[in-house]
Amino acid sequence: MSSQANFTHAEAAEQFIADEPRTDWHDDTLWFVREKRDKAANSLPEWEQLRQWASDIKYHGLSNMHQLLVDFEKNAIANGIQVHWAVDGKEHNEIIYKIIQDNQVQRIVKSKSMLTEECHLNEFLTEKGVEIVDTDLGERIVQFRKEAPSHIVLPAIHLKKQDVSETFHKHLGTEKGNNDPQYLTEAARGHLRDKFIASELAITGVNFAIAETGGFVVCTNEGNADMGAHAAKIHIACMGFEKIIPKAEHLGVFLRLLARSATGQPITTYSSHFSKPRAGQQMHIVIVDNGRSRQLGRESFRNSLKCIRCAACFNTCPVYRRSGGHSYHTAVAGPIGSILNPNLDMQANKDLPFASTLCGSCSNVCPVKINIHEQLYLWRQEITKEGMAAKGKTFAMWGMSEVLAHPAIYRMAGKMGRWVVKHLPFLTNNGMNPWFKQREMPEAPKESFRDWYLNNKQK
Amino acid sequence: MSARETILAGIMANQPLSQDLPIIDVSAVIQYDSNLSQFKTVLESIGGKAIDISGWFELQNMVQDDLAAGKRVVNAIAEIASIDPALASLEATELATVQRAYLKGGIAVAENGSIWLDETAMVNRLLPFIAEHLVIVIEAKNIVATMHHAYQQVSSFDTGFGMFLAGPSKTADIEQSLVIGAHGARSLLVCIIP
Ligand code: SF4
Repeated sequence: MSSQANFTHAEAAEQFIADEPRTDWHDDTLWFVREKRDKAANSLPEWEQLRQWASDIKYHGLSNMHQLLVDFEKNAIANGIQVHWAVDGKEHNEIIYKIIQDNQVQRIVKSKSMLTEECHLNEFLTEKGVEIVDTDLGERIVQFRKEAPSHIVLPAIHLKKQDVSETFHKHLGTEKGNNDPQYLTEAARGHLRDKFIASELAITGVNFAIAETGGFVVCTNEGNADMGAHAAKIHIACMGFEKIIPKAEHLGVFLRLLARSATGQPITTYSSHFSKPRAGQQMHIVIVDNGRSRQLGRESFRNSLKCIRCAACFNTCPVYRRSGGHSYHTAVAGPIGSILNPNLDMQANKDLPFASTLCGSCSNVCPVKINIHEQLYLWRQEITKEGMAAKGKTFAMWGMSEVLAHPAIYRMAGKMGRWVVKHLPFLTNNGMNPWFKQREMPEAPKESFRDWYLNNKQK
Repeated sequence: MSARETILAGIMANQPLSQDLPIIDVSAVIQYDSNLSQFKTVLESIGGKAIDISGWFELQNMVQDDLAAGKRVVNAIAEIASIDPALASLEATELATVQRAYLKGGIAVAENGSIWLDETAMVNRLLPFIAEHLVIVIEAKNIVATMHHAYQQVSSFDTGFGMFLAGPSKTADIEQSLVIGAHGARSLLVCIIP
């Protein structure tokens, strides 16, 4: 299943940046989150070692996935959890619908799960006449507005408090014009508490599933996943199979990285370890493939399955920050989404690997060391090979792949480029160069970093 | 083929050659001069509050004060008073009005200000989330430096549910403004016994 957007990233981004002050605000807000991440990372001398451990544990997981899943299932069943398997999003949705019908429940709450977004669960259930209440504050806001989350950690990051105030005034009857985040959060707390207390079934995501114990961990700051899961008599946890890690001790590595990378917090407020249903409760796990086993077989892209959905690559990405999550027209936006979505549907998402400057900042912040920018570049090649790239991109791409394949040409081209920008600016500042849209071409540096380095080394 | 068989067969066909797990060398990670003071500093930075107490009687006094003020408190610490046998099976509707809960934490973690609570400590899984305010007592000797150290002691999950709790509940979903008290507790007071 994939989104059938009728616009490309570039078209949507053009709309987004039309409101310049808002674009700047979006850019600054995310950069602020990125800076908090840097501070948190710098507070640990072993940060780089942690990233390497995390990356290696994940690779071990990918390379032993079959056995780990079999172990996980066995241990989960022994713990009293019911395990379901879904080949794709449709099966995932049907499994959940069946549990709802079998138990004749109506009041359903859901905490943040990017997987259920990927599978379009809400739309599916709405069509069946079943209403789900999203309980993460950001998700509730966008749900009221009939929008999709624009960020996997901060779902309403594209909205200003005035927008939230208007939405809450309309749906929750808050005071018109009261934009105080404290007041608005309090209103949501009251509204959602009633939903939690009345809920019969709670759906949550999964951050980590542990093969050795058959349990799983869910991380939130608000406490909404737990309020739902412990109040309702049925808990369904949904996970892509790549959430598996071998042992509980590995959580030490991942929980140290996740929140620091996501928001700069040392850990999320709640890191909840579920391993057995409480007395009288039903607990289900739905393990979903939806293209993941295919991605596992693509050597160039399999490392994308290491992703722990921290969104650090979003916050650091100059393109994401200045185009907004909705322009990616998929559940998971940002740099990692641009690698995952072409696997789900190459035709529908062929524009996404081009929504990047390939600056590499994403790869530098990624806590599991995914070579994100290199994979974006490789997707461009695949897409171009399939004849799907937009015309202007094909030409530039051809140049790019030739140039990057041959370091000497690359250096020569750099020299020529600097000369061209300096002496014939109209060649780059014309409508033919899509890079010139909405920006002035920068002044060319007098010498490249490499020339500078060599000159200075000799000095 | 069932979905399970299809998925597992696809994975088997596509997974790469096995690579060994890394060895996590816990001696290579950060150490603090004092785990206790690091824990307190971090806890304050994430919206919690820490106080030193000299014994269980101080908690008993706090509970008495709460009761005298007409608050609905729930005690889950056997050392300060007997635990209501009905607590374990109370439902959300019955717990919704709890103003303060008293709990006893296990391992605490200096690097992030979190405290491990398992189901035995919570008595009722919903209690630490639904109570308006939380008081958690820990022993100073149970504070370890990092999560690696913590998992050396909490790796068994026999009780069915457990969590690391770090501070009161919070959100920054509205324009990145931090608001304490999202859906869970509005405040967390950690009492540290020497
Ligand atoms: S790709 Fe890396 S940085 Fe991006 S969300 Fe996933 S784990 Fe985080």
